[in-house]
Amino acid sequence: MAEKFLSLKNVNKNFGGVQALKSVDFEINKGEIHSLVGENGSGKSTLIKIISGVVRADNGAVIEIEGETYKDFSAIDSIRKGIEVIYQDLSLFPNLTVAENIALGEMIATNTKIVDWKRVHQIASEATKKINSSLALNELVANISLADQQLVAICRALTHDVKLVIMDEPTTALTRNEVDDLFVVVKDLQSKGISTMFVSHKLDEVCEIADKISVIRDGVKVGTFSNEELDDDKLTMLMTGMEIDRENYSGDFRSKETLLSVRDLKKTDNFKDISFELHAGEILGITGLLGSGRTELAQALFGLNPADSGDIFLDGKRVRISNVREAISMGIAYVPEDRLIQGLVMDQAVGKNVVITILHHILNGFGLIDRTKLKERIDTSIKSLSIRIPSVDSPVNTLSGGNQQRVVLAKWIATNPKILILDGPTVGVDVAAKAAIHDIVRGLAEKGVGIILISDEISEVFRNSNRIMIMHKGRIINEIDTSETTEEIFRELMGLQCKGKQ
Amino acid sequence: MKFKISDTLILFITLILFISMMVVLNGTQFFKMQNIQSMAYQLPELGILSLAMMIAMLTGGINLSIIASTNLSSIVIALVLSRMLGADMSTSGSLGSIILAIAAGICVSGVIGLLNGFLIAYIEVSPILATLGTMTLLKGISIVLTKGYVISGFPPMILSIGNGAIFGFPVPMLIFLVFAGLMALVLIKTPLGTHIHMLGSNATACHFSGVDTKKVLMKTYLLSGLYTGIAACIMMSRFNSAKADYGESYLLMTVLASVLGGVSASGGFGKVSGLVIALVILQVVSNGLNLLRVNNFLTIAIWGGILIIVMIANYYFGRQNNNGKSFR
Amino acid sequence: MKKIFSKYETYVLIAIVMLGFLINSVNANFFTLENILDLLKSYSFIGILSIGVLFVLISGGIDISFTATATISMYVMAVILNTYGGNIVSAFLIAIVIGICLGLVNAVIIYFFNIQSIIATIATLNIYYGLLTVFSGGKWIYTLPTWFREFAQVRLITLSNQAGGTYGLSIITVMWMLIAVISWLILRYTMVGRGIYAMGGNKVSAKRVGFNLLKSHLFVYGYMGCLAGIAGVVLSLLVQCVAPNSIVGKELDVLAAVVLGGASLTGGVGNIVGTILGVILIAIMNNGMTLMRIPAFWYDVFIGCIIIVSVSASALQQKKKAFRKIAIEDD
Repeated sequence: MAEKFLSLKNVNKNFGGVQALKSVDFEINKGEIHSLVGENGSGKSTLIKIISGVVRADNGAVIEIEGETYKDFSAIDSIRKGIEVIYQDLSLFPNLTVAENIALGEMIATNTKIVDWKRVHQIASEATKKINSSLALNELVANISLADQQLVAICRALTHDVKLVIMDEPTTALTRNEVDDLFVVVKDLQSKGISTMFVSHKLDEVCEIADKISVIRDGVKVGTFSNEELDDDKLTMLMTGMEIDRENYSGDFRSKETLLSVRDLKKTDNFKDISFELHAGEILGITGLLGSGRTELAQALFGLNPADSGDIFLDGKRVRISNVREAISMGIAYVPEDRLIQGLVMDQAVGKNVVITILHHILNGFGLIDRTKLKERIDTSIKSLSIRIPSVDSPVNTLSGGNQQRVVLAKWIATNPKILILDGPTVGVDVAAKAAIHDIVRGLAEKGVGIILISDEISEVFRNSNRIMIMHKGRIINEIDTSETTEEIFRELMGLQCKGKQ
Repeated sequence: MKFKISDTLILFITLILFISMMVVLNGTQFFKMQNIQSMAYQLPELGILSLAMMIAMLTGGINLSIIASTNLSSIVIALVLSRMLGADMSTSGSLGSIILAIAAGICVSGVIGLLNGFLIAYIEVSPILATLGTMTLLKGISIVLTKGYVISGFPPMILSIGNGAIFGFPVPMLIFLVFAGLMALVLIKTPLGTHIHMLGSNATACHFSGVDTKKVLMKTYLLSGLYTGIAACIMMSRFNSAKADYGESYLLMTVLASVLGGVSASGGFGKVSGLVIALVILQVVSNGLNLLRVNNFLTIAIWGGILIIVMIANYYFGRQNNNGKSFR
Repeated sequence: MKKIFSKYETYVLIAIVMLGFLINSVNANFFTLENILDLLKSYSFIGILSIGVLFVLISGGIDISFTATATISMYVMAVILNTYGGNIVSAFLIAIVIGICLGLVNAVIIYFFNIQSIIATIATLNIYYGLLTVFSGGKWIYTLPTWFREFAQVRLITLSNQAGGTYGLSIITVMWMLIAVISWLILRYTMVGRGIYAMGGNKVSAKRVGFNLLKSHLFVYGYMGCLAGIAGVVLSLLVQCVAPNSIVGKELDVLAAVVLGGASLTGGVGNIVGTILGVILIAIMNNGMTLMRIPAFWYDVFIGCIIIVSVSASALQQKKKAFRKIAIEDD
């Protein structure tokens, strides 16, 4: 039997009347890779914060680490016990070198006053050796890749005598190859007896790496399972507590007419040899790893990142799309991958966000905004997508992820698009809200809108598209009709083609 | 339960408080027609300059060149006038020549605005640095044009811009109200106004929504520049002279007035009505203190204190968006 | 070699050298030791202030109030010296203590109320300057102790020119250089210094790693105040009088020098060498115009152009960097 490292019993946490955690028990053994999964707001991050001592559990909790019992567990206790958190944003300093980023934490912990740069390098190179990586220690963090930055963050955690590494959504910004490399590092830590708590929303990755998986829902731990007991669908069920309609998209509203046709589109350092067609009423999925060029292609079609050469035909006519306004005027809409920065103006009112794309259509004779039309348009949008908001004047950042994404959809549907490009439309959205967004998209296809659905979540693409193109390293490497195959076969195909080509 | 008070209401209450304070301290003297008149003549200069500052701040920027731009515009107006009218400038001056001169000055201010806009929108220089550069450059040009001297003695018609009255109503106040109204109209009722607010909060999302962010910035700084041209007319008229370094203390005052009026220093939020109330507060305080024969410089210190108190109040009402993205 | 040319300071240095040769070709007096030493002496005031501003900029803040701090420090120092007497050490001590106190006020306001530093320091500038003018009545102080006058003339090395006059390396210049070296050591070799860079690079992370942001704020603005105090004394040594209104309004000039030296307004970037070069560039321009007999009123035009060109160049540089590449598989 493996040795226990950490055990939490009866953890409750109440934030101003909201019960974030309800009598949660949690255990990690030495050298165990333990995954924590749950929806947004399920209490995952509160649990992480309690383990790292940033937040204290309510009275009655028993925290035991290596046999030592704590009543009042603080951040310092956590660090002393060798618990390190790697936050999702990595918390690095872009303006400092790799070496310094790795060593800073250790130097503060040892209460260093004067910086000995030899020691900085020594600490850094020791840490990189632990994971057999060869990071350029003198390079600024701003100049290295995201995957390397992830390694820097891990190295920083390894400078102490670390026993448990908590990784919060570590793979969000990584390509599949980089995820594989990360997993090698995690396994390597395991062989050294270091435990890893792997918090992720990518269920396939969780199933791949974790020895044990704990599911948390509405502040309650649903259970801890061993890897073999679970698969994707079962996990989803446990996380959401409901059987989500996982049926494949059976609708087919494809018309004969070609809406969009792309020939030999090329952009240096982004993509090349891109040719495909999109029909009215069709949902065309594009999948591929992060960095496969899918987002760049979408942005080329939307005028954000115009292509260098090649032709785009809209309704049979050759067009040039050199900026966003031209794209919009041709009936193209784009829901970007980063909702918080690209999709919405979070601090501003929902109403303003909804009408930003159509302001020039609601002017009166003097060129001024017509109040009545404005109110009408906002109300229609909000009602038709059933967005739940206290008032149109509430800032978007007060809404839930699902409702925020509906606001993004609303502002594009308001433009009456012929082509809607969705780039990761359900990132950070709860499973239930996800299904609702898919329904909206399917409804649009039924009305004849041509839809390009980009996602790295295979099941999302597969279950919502008529046709799928796989992109890899800037090219389209395969195209399949979803009615002719199954999700399992597609998944395998995808894995083979994207890995085999490295 | 958080009780939400409208910012304008807070400002209005503050205003009432200060007015009552000044009335208590000064007695009826404060409400004398003469005193109210003098306030009405003083406020517009700072008012129009503050509008020029405010619109730049709404986009998350700042315009440090407004004073330099005002001075250059008034110098250009003065030079055009003196070229056309010669030595007897202070006694002559047809309407045509004056309109021409003012048009020239406002053109200059517009060009300055476009230059700022170009640097900020297209070269993507941070507004604080771009306008710091143009501020220095413009002041330099003003000094070169005047060799550092004062140009004074303007035609009566120019003087009436800053000192005249229509039916007893001060002309500069009238001008201020018109341009404050125009600014409010632009901000509230035009697409540009919405774009300015949205861009101040998140330029990327605006770009992704098809807003021509570069054009919006160009228009913002163009407007900001044009307002300094208007300010130039009032200022040269009130001083009856033009010089390269007039009114430099106004620069920080405009930021103060804007922030006091509820304009967020990181962009995206702010109303003309708030700014106007803030300006009245500043005017009431300085005028009241003046009546009490308080040293002018103490008034400056008190304004600084008021700014800090307002910021602290904002902090406690929790509606300040401090996400560290001030002045890109 | 490549590394040298990727550094911003190299370009400032090139600009300085080229400008130097240009000026010297018009007036051979430029490259004389006497002229250069004089220049360094008269710019030590701006030089010292710019180092303080550099610290604030690296930390991700900005300080507009330092001119008022410097003025108050030197004014109070002069009043105390004239009333109670003292020596050069006490003169500096008084100014430093006052400077630090005023700086700490800034730090406290900025840290505890989360007010943007530019707004907070605009407010304190008004407060400091307003109060000073009220209490001083705006009066200039012309009479300073004799020893104060003599200290300003102290030279570490004295040389004489052909005309028989003497010149040399002033103690004031040495103080500037000493401060530069100490500041460089602080930034490079102390955790406090690294904390300032860390805070400017990523404030949230700095807190997570364990830096005490309150201490960092206190240090940065306190140090700015301390240097402003020293600069105040230096200015009164240089001009031998104390005027309440002589430097307020010049804060953006100093900021310009620091930005020319490569510091970024977004924080985390900048260093001492660049800052000194920035000050020297401005000094040479000013001096060169005199030597080349260009009327002084062209000065601002040149400085303005230089600022616009340099900030535009670095903005364009940044724009180029922001492009995301994808490795396209070749056939």
